[in-house]
Amino acid sequence: MSYVIEMLNIRKEFPGIVANDNITLQVKQGEIHALLGENGAGKSTLMNVLFGLYQPEKGEIKVRGESVKITDPNVANRLGIGMVHQHFMLVDTFTVTENIILGSEPRKKGTVDIKKAEKEVERLSQLYGLRVDPKAKIRDISVGMQQRVEILKTLYRGAEILIFDEPTAVLTPQEIKELIEIMRVLIREGKSIILITHKLKEIMQVCDRCTVIRKGEGIGTVNVPDTNPNELASLMVGREVTFSTEKQPAQPKEVTLAIQDLNVKDARHVDMVKGLNLKVNAGEIVGLAGVDGNGQSELIEAITGLRKVDSGEVMLNGKSITNLTPRKVTEAGISHIPQDRHRFGLVLDFPIGENMVLQTYHHEPFSKKGVLRYKEIYNKAKALIEEYDVRTPSVYTKARALSGGNQQKAIIGREVDRSPDLIIAAQPTRGLDVGAIEFIHKKLIEERDKGRAVLLLSFELDEIMNLSDRIAVMFGGSIVAEVKPEDTTEQELGLLMAGSKQQKAGGQ
Amino acid sequence: MFSNRLVNILIPLISVFLGLLVGAFIMLGFGYNPLTGYLSLWEGAFGDSYFFGETLRQVTPYILSGLAVAFAFRTGLFNIGVEGQVIMGWLASVWVGLAIDAPMIIHLPLAILAAALAGAAWGFLPGLLKAKLGVHEVIVTIMMNYIALYTSNALVRNVISDGQDRTERIPETASLTSEWLAALTQYSRLHYGLLIALFAAAIMWFILNQTTRGYELRSVGFNQDASRYAGMNVGRNIILSMVISGAFAGLAGAMEGIGTFGYQSVKGGFTNIGFDGIAVALLGGNAAVGVVLAAILFGTLKVGALNMPTSAGVPTELVDIVIAMIIFFVASSYMIRWFLLKMKKEGK
Amino acid sequence: MLKNRRSLLILALLLAIGMVLGACGSSDGGSEEAEGNGNDNSNGEEAAGDDFSVAMVTDVGGIDDKSFNQSAWEGLKAFGEENGMEKGQGIDYAQSASDADYNTNLNRLVRSDYNLIYGIGFLLAPAIEEVADQNPDTNFGIVDSVVEKDNVASIVFKEHQGSFLVGVAAAMKTESDKVGFIGGVDSDLINKFEAGFRAGVKSVNKDIEVKVQYAGAFDAPDDGKAIASNMYSQGIDVIYHASGGTGNGVFAQAKDLKQNDADRNVWVIGVDRDQHEEGQINDTNVTLTSMVKRVDVAVQDVSTNAMNGEFPGGEVVEYGLEDDAISVATTNEEAMTDDIKTAVEDWKEKIVNGEVEVPSTIDEVKEFEDSL
Repeated sequence: MSYVIEMLNIRKEFPGIVANDNITLQVKQGEIHALLGENGAGKSTLMNVLFGLYQPEKGEIKVRGESVKITDPNVANRLGIGMVHQHFMLVDTFTVTENIILGSEPRKKGTVDIKKAEKEVERLSQLYGLRVDPKAKIRDISVGMQQRVEILKTLYRGAEILIFDEPTAVLTPQEIKELIEIMRVLIREGKSIILITHKLKEIMQVCDRCTVIRKGEGIGTVNVPDTNPNELASLMVGREVTFSTEKQPAQPKEVTLAIQDLNVKDARHVDMVKGLNLKVNAGEIVGLAGVDGNGQSELIEAITGLRKVDSGEVMLNGKSITNLTPRKVTEAGISHIPQDRHRFGLVLDFPIGENMVLQTYHHEPFSKKGVLRYKEIYNKAKALIEEYDVRTPSVYTKARALSGGNQQKAIIGREVDRSPDLIIAAQPTRGLDVGAIEFIHKKLIEERDKGRAVLLLSFELDEIMNLSDRIAVMFGGSIVAEVKPEDTTEQELGLLMAGSKQQKAGGQ
Repeated sequence: MFSNRLVNILIPLISVFLGLLVGAFIMLGFGYNPLTGYLSLWEGAFGDSYFFGETLRQVTPYILSGLAVAFAFRTGLFNIGVEGQVIMGWLASVWVGLAIDAPMIIHLPLAILAAALAGAAWGFLPGLLKAKLGVHEVIVTIMMNYIALYTSNALVRNVISDGQDRTERIPETASLTSEWLAALTQYSRLHYGLLIALFAAAIMWFILNQTTRGYELRSVGFNQDASRYAGMNVGRNIILSMVISGAFAGLAGAMEGIGTFGYQSVKGGFTNIGFDGIAVALLGGNAAVGVVLAAILFGTLKVGALNMPTSAGVPTELVDIVIAMIIFFVASSYMIRWFLLKMKKEGK
Repeated sequence: MLKNRRSLLILALLLAIGMVLGACGSSDGGSEEAEGNGNDNSNGEEAAGDDFSVAMVTDVGGIDDKSFNQSAWEGLKAFGEENGMEKGQGIDYAQSASDADYNTNLNRLVRSDYNLIYGIGFLLAPAIEEVADQNPDTNFGIVDSVVEKDNVASIVFKEHQGSFLVGVAAAMKTESDKVGFIGGVDSDLINKFEAGFRAGVKSVNKDIEVKVQYAGAFDAPDDGKAIASNMYSQGIDVIYHASGGTGNGVFAQAKDLKQNDADRNVWVIGVDRDQHEEGQINDTNVTLTSMVKRVDVAVQDVSTNAMNGEFPGGEVVEYGLEDDAISVATTNEEAMTDDIKTAVEDWKEKIVNGEVEVPSTIDEVKEFEDSL
């Protein structure tokens, strides 16, 4: 079987950084080829080189055995290379058909022949099992269907080689199943697929071969049937990775956080937290499990002062912190790793260094009499970046330029470093790769062992089960059950989260 | 890295050149000699010490109004109200100049302070409305401009003067005019305000970049949610930003009130100092040094252009088009870069 | 962003260097330039057979305001024609874009060695005062205001007289017994127009209502149009405007109304110049008459005197009906019926004789109205 795409010894540099160095990727006709790497390893750069968005400094690209120069995406299209972007490039107010034909519309006497287009879309959608409604507007259809539109867009342009950029990141489990089915159909119809991902489960499930890159360098290509997730993970991270985090049994001490009869309304004055009671002790991790939208976010915002408490009380170390300002809550001894790191956790346009003192800039030594002392700020930042393995060209780089995992590590470094009594970690590993996840889990356990209380909010049951010493299940605005991870199963938790089973309620 | 820097220098130079080129073609198209035209622009701005003085005089309020717009912008606010704040500052400086009798060492600082306070007060209200009620500052400040214009007119006519079109001239003790600067520049109206403007630019740089307050202001400008999360009082920073911005604008008014003119008159329309400040801030990249340099470019074009009709016979309208071309190309290069940078970021 | 800013910074830095160089070079280049200018001027003057040159600075209304700036320039052109001069050769003007430009423009002309420089409009009074002080060897003229300096001639007009006469015409023309007055900026000068107009209207018929509104600006045709629209819709059929460029909006509104309904009775009374051509629509004309203030006559007169060595420095030169520097236009023969013309002539006689004392301030006109 011949290679349909060959990228040989590709090198791509950006000012101050080598994004790709000597990477070779060879894709066979009719296979699903995984491109595996951590966030920031250089996967997207490599694919942008293939798609004509970047020009490589070194290396050769061959398509169907012929050496080519891909100067822009139009050239890539002509060569039959199509890209399904992670962030969809769709016009919300246009219909499915209009989006698919955008840029290469069939014309009839100067007008767009929409009938013909619709027929073509219909045909493609049946051929590849891509269910879409050609006349529906993008804003009215589900994320899964939007992705199918993206796929149809590339097929409509005659793509033979499809690049999927982290396609499952935005999908529900059901939609992921459907997508995998679609990929198999595409292969059966003679297409080839490059799947960019860092999810090992998917690779094992669907891919034929897998090329691993790490820190911009090509590590090698393996046959998927001959390998296992552990091997892939260690290839990607560069060392042995443990999937279930090792930890000693917790030794809970005195109560750190105590919440009593808490009621919180959201912006539309709907009760989101209703009579909630919860205690978190020093030296334990309490996992807050629940389906998104059951008041978890409001609970955390109420504790941290970002949202007004309607009634009830929040106590930290026996003192009330109810309805204090965020600053007073912070200074009372709470650290908060926010759910949405871009919206809350970082000022993306500040250098990463300045982000490291976001709550402490007004204290000595970072400022004196209202004047900032940049030397101290950046010294601190450098120390934290070192300690928490934040990979950044320099402390002066804008936070925006860092990869998600490194941004999150920076936030965790900043929050943990303040030596708080309570750490609230909301979805701390969302969207991160295994290496980063492992690092963050280890850090949280370390902090627990130092005697800190940790409240962990996560929608990933794996994470809750792995990390928590105690699990509080939240449903409909209150805690419906408290269980120990060793006494329960994912199945039982799932039922509790769905509100179909009541257990010993409350935290008393 | 080197080539990047070279490009960075080249792009603005090219855009000025392009603006001049297009302007030249327009002049040529209408049958005027572009070389004479531009020569007279240069002569009109720097031809002799008088014009040089007048150019610097024009640059002075532009620096301050540019700083006013830029300062608010760094906190994420679009202060269209600089114009009204300029008028109030102008009025306040003249009023204090006329109403109080004191030695210069007290009188002059008092008049300047009054201008800053008046501008600050005029910025405070939109800031308050934005912070407390979420009313968009653009709408409020536009309205405040008209209120300022007509309040000033009514006060000049009915309170400060006795039904006259302008106030009396302020006494020497409240005046920024300088005999030696005037003598140095053959009676141009260059005054000590230029030093105030440059000092204000330094102040803005210091506040924004060197103080914890500036850290908060910038943080709020970039991301209000993160600022709230970090424990900053977003509303207070918004108000403060508008107050400081208004104070700069008020000072710009004082430059005219007790510097260039020495009186306040009933105005038929806006001074445009505030509106031009928006362009100055944009060209200056909303940074203190950039604003100073952009103000110099702007002042030069404004004063120099006056000479083009008399000296080169180019009609005023054509001069305005040529000036607009230069600004357009400089501004669009800024935009193009901005887009390029953004695309690069997203591409990664 | 940072790089961006830095690049702009460098650009501006270059400009700054250029400026400093320019300033340094100015001591040489500047004087050469001045000589060059002098040569240019003397060439022009030689051609004119004289060693005299005149220039003017407009207010923000601009040279083509169809009002007194334009009128003044016409006067200068007439003066130039008499003496073989043309624009740039003995006569010239400079336009101002803002208040701040008055001084710069005046000084520019002083530097170009003009012998006599006019400031057109009272807005230029402070600038003339300052520049005249600094340049005692140059003569200045100020129109519509008084500046007490030995090298300044102050040119003022008895606008109240002319306004009185167009008031008479308006009173005789109105059918609704409602007339309007639109002023530019509420000021002593424009109050003079208002006072005369009101007195003239009331002298003919005490019961005619005079609606007065000030636009607040001389360069806001939009406002002029809006105010006129409002007045006409209230039943007012004659509007006298004393508002410079703002008045162009009044004409536009009247013409719009006429365009839609040719039989509609709408009139505008122009100011400063004969604004007949402004009122032309199809084959009819909405300009009833104009209060003609012959700024051109005054400018030409003062210029001629100055050239002959009789510059009225330090004096207030007042022009009125008796000098034919104020008059009432009769270009629209169809509208200005013989009745009206005769009545206007009669009143003119009485004013020139001193039989009627025309009020020139708001207080005086109130007294005048009460005495009727």
